[in-house]
Amino acid sequence: MYLGRVIGTVVAERIAAGLEGAKLLLVQPLDDRLAESGPIQVAVDTVQSGPQDLVYLVGSREAALALDPFFVPVDAAIVGIVDQVHAPERRSERPPRGAR
Amino acid sequence: MRLCRVLGNVVATVKHPAYIGHKLLIVQQVDGDGNDVGASFLAVDTVQAGPGDRVLVMSEGNGVRQILAIGDRVPIRSLIVGIVDQVDVAQVDVEPVGS
Repeated sequence: MYLGRVIGTVVAERIAAGLEGAKLLLVQPLDDRLAESGPIQVAVDTVQSGPQDLVYLVGSREAALALDPFFVPVDAAIVGIVDQVHAPERRSERPPRGAR
Repeated sequence: MRLCRVLGNVVATVKHPAYIGHKLLIVQQVDGDGNDVGASFLAVDTVQAGPGDRVLVMSEGNGVRQILAIGDRVPIRSLIVGIVDQVDVAQVDVEPVGS
């Protein structure tokens, strides 16, 4: 799971079966300092989030399990709206970038 | 499973029902010497870990569903499953291939 900032919405007229009616949002993944981390991605929303919200997402197969029906072709789902991030143990220098 | 260090926590009120009642922590993967490896990520806590703890993190959905036992539709991928007391790294001299 990882943090992200909702930066927009995506509308798809034709969409795979099971995804009809799903809300798609454009998300910028963030690291523990809320700095941009990796390319922008499209995620399906399950918590009624909107642009500017700080959220957390789940990726891979578990993203599909957030939806009903759950056997749908998504690989990122927004599963929470973040109120607060408290990270006292992070080091002062920027962590190396890499696979999450 | 990955060896990680807990950086802090994330507080959320609005969340998927599977996350209700679970503590969400920010973790950073480390190597045997405690150096950071890769980017930080979020994991659900099952062992009452806190900031600064070295922990064992499982990042596999089927294992998560087995441990949490709250159904088979749980959108949680990373779970903290242990607090690490000690890590010993053996000093083994490996001959480079082709030398």
